[in-house]
This record gives sequence, C-alpha cells and structure tokens, in this order.
Amino acid sequence: MLTVSLRHALPGFELDVEFEAPPGVTVLFGRSGTGKTTVIQAVAGLLRPSQGRVVLNGNVLLDTERHHCLPPHKRRMGYVFQEGRLFPHLTVRQNLLFGQWFAPRDASRESLDRVVDMLGIGPLLTRRPSGLSGGEKQRVAIGRALLSAPQMILADEPLSALDEARKAEILPYFEQLRDETGIPILYVSHSVAEVARLATTIVVLQDGKVQRQGPAAEVLGDPAIMPTGVRAAGALLEAKVVRHHSDGLTELDAGGVPLFLPQITKTPGSITRVRISAHDVILSRQPPEGLSALNILPGTIEQIRTGSGPGAIVSLNTPAGRVLARVTRRSAQALHLDPGTDCFAVVKTVSIAPEDIGGGG
Amino acid sequence: MSGGAAWLGPEEWQAVLLSLQVSIWATLAALPLAVFVAYALARWHFPGKQILNSLVHLPLILPPVVTGYLLLMVFGTKGPVGSVLQQVGIVFAFRWTGAALAAAIMAFPLMVRAIRLSVEAVDPKLEQAAATLGASRLMCFATITLPMILPGLIAGTVLGFAKAMGEFGATITFVSSIPGQTQTLPSAIYTFLQVPGGESAALRLTLVSIAVALSALLLSELLARRAAARMGGR
Repeated sequence: MLTVSLRHALPGFELDVEFEAPPGVTVLFGRSGTGKTTVIQAVAGLLRPSQGRVVLNGNVLLDTERHHCLPPHKRRMGYVFQEGRLFPHLTVRQNLLFGQWFAPRDASRESLDRVVDMLGIGPLLTRRPSGLSGGEKQRVAIGRALLSAPQMILADEPLSALDEARKAEILPYFEQLRDETGIPILYVSHSVAEVARLATTIVVLQDGKVQRQGPAAEVLGDPAIMPTGVRAAGALLEAKVVRHHSDGLTELDAGGVPLFLPQITKTPGSITRVRISAHDVILSRQPPEGLSALNILPGTIEQIRTGSGPGAIVSLNTPAGRVLARVTRRSAQALHLDPGTDCFAVVKTVSIAPEDIGGGG
Repeated sequence: MSGGAAWLGPEEWQAVLLSLQVSIWATLAALPLAVFVAYALARWHFPGKQILNSLVHLPLILPPVVTGYLLLMVFGTKGPVGSVLQQVGIVFAFRWTGAALAAAIMAFPLMVRAIRLSVEAVDPKLEQAAATLGASRLMCFATITLPMILPGLIAGTVLGFAKAMGEFGATITFVSSIPGQTQTLPSAIYTFLQVPGGESAALRLTLVSIAVALSALLLSELLARRAAARMGGR
C-alpha cells in the first residue's frame, strides 16, 4: 500500500493531492498538465516537493516535515518512462540486468529468463537500443524495471509515444504484470481506454487536486467525473468468456446477460473487461425486436444527469453492472425516462471493444 | 630507440624524453580533476560557479609568462605554497615536476572544455533512469556518464597532451631551461636557435615535435572511433 500526500507549486497552479494506492494497478488519470507526472516523480524521488509525505508498505520514503527524503536509488521503484530511456552504450541484456547489480541480495527477484520470455525479447538480447523499434524499446524498459527487484512499478504514460498498433502490443504486458507478478503499479495516463483495461483503482486529478478516487468500475461508471468530457463517459463491466462461435463472435456472460463481440483471444472461462461507451448505447422502453444489434441489457434507470448542452447521461442498473447511455434531453422527455423506470440498453456488437485502447484520451 | 639516440644528440634526446615525461604526467594528473570540474560545471548549480569557470579559463587568456610568474610566486621555494611543500620534500621550482605543473595548468582549460561539452551531450534523464534502478550518484557516473563521454574524454586528453608538449612561456618563466632538468622540447628548440650553428638541432627537434603531435592525433582518432562504435552509432 502506497500513501501519498503532496503539495508543490507548479507554473499556473498549486498541486495538492492526497491518495492511496492499494495493491493492483492504480491509475493517476487526468488531462495533460494536471500534475500527474509531478506526482509520480515525487514518489520516485526524482523531484522534491515543497511539502509532502510518501509511505510505501510502512517505509517512509519522504517526509518533508522531518526533513527526510530518501534518494531515488534507495527507493527501489521500477520506473517505466514515456520514452524508454534505455542506455545507448549497453546491449539489451546489459540494460535488463542493470538494476540487478544494485538490488539487495535478499530481494525476491524475477529471473532474467522468465522476464525475457514474458516480454518476448529473447531475440533482442545482444542488440543495442538504437536498433530497436519503439515497441521493442518499451518492452525492454518494462523488463529492466521489473528485473531491478522493485517494491513498486511506476509507469509514466508508457504508451503515449507509441502508435495504436504498438499500444495494443504493449498493454497486455501491463495486464500480465498486474495479474501475475503481484507488484503494485502506479500508472499515469490520460487515456480512458488504458484506464478501462488496466485500473484496479483510479485517482482522478484535475488542476492539481484529486477530484475522485476509488475502485475502477465505480469511478468510470460515474459520468460526472470524467475529466475528458461526456464523450469519454462509459461503463466498465466484467464478463466471463463462455465460448467462441464459428461465425467469428465470442459470447460472454455478464451477470447472466449474454454479450457478443468480435472474437477475442481469451480462453473460455476466463474473466475479461468490457467497456461500453455511453454514446454507443441506445435506450428503449420496450423489449426491442427486429434490431440488428445483438446485445440487449435490461435494467432500471438510476439517475439522469443533464448538463448545459442538449445531451443527457442516463445511468442504468443492469444485472451486468452499471451501464451509461448518452441520449438527448428531448428523447429523455419523450420516452419519459425517469429514475426507477425499467428500460433496455441496446449495444451494437462491434461497440464492445476491449482491445480498443486508442482514442479515448 | 638507439637509432633515435644516434640521430639525435644526447642533449636533444634528453629534451625529447623529458618533454614526454612532463606531458604524460601533467595530462594524467590533470585528467581526474578536469573530469570532476567539467562535470560540476555541466551538471550542478552552485554559488561561485561563474568564478570557478573564469578561474579554469584564466590560463587560456593570460599571457603564459604571467602564469609562469604567478606559479613562481606561489609555488617557488619562498612562495606561500612552495615553502610549505618544501618542508614535506616536494619542490616544484626549477625541477621537472615544476615543468609538469606548469604544463598541467596550461592544458587544464582545454581538457575541461572538451569534456564539459561531452557531459552536456549526455541526457540527464538517463542518469535519472539509472538512479531509479538503484545506482548511486557515483555508480551513475561510473556506469552511464563515464562510458558515454569517453570520446570527449579522449579528445580532451589528447588536446591537453599536445598543449603540454608545446608549453613554453609559463614553463621557461617558472622553471627556466636547465638541460636534463627542465629543458623541454620547445625550450630546447629556443635555446638551439640562440646559438650559432644550432639550426640543424632545432630542425631535428621540430620534426620530432611534428611526429609526436601527429601520432597523438591518430591515436585519439582511433580510440574515439572505437568508443563511438561501442555506443552503437548513437
């Protein structure tokens, strides 16, 4: 468990945050320039805030009141930077092993073979960073951080320098880190899709303040807090893979409701996350018939939020979890959508896309 | 060696050997300090940084005779530093060690400039990355900065060596030109030119000077190329 409280003056605003990062992936989420990188650098010890306290698993890393500030090399944080930052004069193997020279002997460490295997970088070991592609560099950077026997992994927008295809290539490795190594991860991102895929806990930052923090599904399902605007609002559901159909669709089970989406690679029986964007959901008062859409979730309206524009966000409680729908205020009135009303959320098959990790931000 | 000794007169040969000895010692002794000062000037912010910078560059701007005279005043047997050092048995004045000191001080600014440029070319973000991986400041320097500045370090060393080989004004002022003791190549050439019939000796030493300078340059090119190749053509 990491607890952080920081105050620091930044150009244009004051950073003043307090949050906790339980085990799993905690995503610091917000637009660019809200102080996310400052926070993660203060946790790593690369920046000394004017006031603050950082405690990791009972070890005090920073306490400005007691003039205590552990230098970065004693904090044992595996930092994955935006631009990789591989050492150009070392081979990939030497880069990977760099942290191991300095790790305490008794530290529980990953083996080189296992990490190389997991990241698929075996063929690169003898090469130098200058000859690697962006995606390869970032995989090596992840491995290097992991092999330094870190107490925590810090990732500062590690995908932002990559194109969409490379993002899709790297993201699963972070999922593996989360699910297989048990090392807590603090992950900075401004992409909703990345957050939806990875986050266990979300800390939303806006103008240097924590606007909201909590479990991922709860925070993402609350349309009021999406810092990137209504367009990015969407619900996060967990579903079990039931079977892969021969027509290229995969059937999921979300709380008893069947969902269909284009074939995914997960094996039947495993749990996957599904994100349903609010603007991909249509509401209907009657059980819909004769529609091309395959996914229909029955539910009860919990809340309707309106803003200054013509749109409204309707949140719907369904057996699968909370689903958000973006409708116009006019149709909300015409359909008599009020809290407590039963209705149906219609989602087009293709719009359920856990592999879609781009855009969003 | 014997061929060289036969080709050069004993006095000339002595001057060549002494110059090599003085220059090698001057360069080796100045190098660690030059690296430290170059790193400090490139990376750290501290009060008096501009003063240190000016002080380092002073020998480059001052007339060498002035530098030599200042050395004589400070490190002479009656000077504030020289008199103290004399009590522990270290004498610079009119010794080859004094010639090495003068050469080191004259070469220092050139070495610092070359090394500083190469330190500035190393991205501090790489040092940060090394720190997060557990490397202390010293280890960061030894494993990241030092290997990456190697080409600049070699260039600075060769430049310093060449300057030390050619140093004349400060040396002759500080330690005079005593054959076998403090008479380096340039001062020997100067002395030969002062006496009738010394031209041929002066010419031979001039050719030696050119040969030494060219070999140093070639060696540095070779080393720098190998160092750059190790960097993976960054």
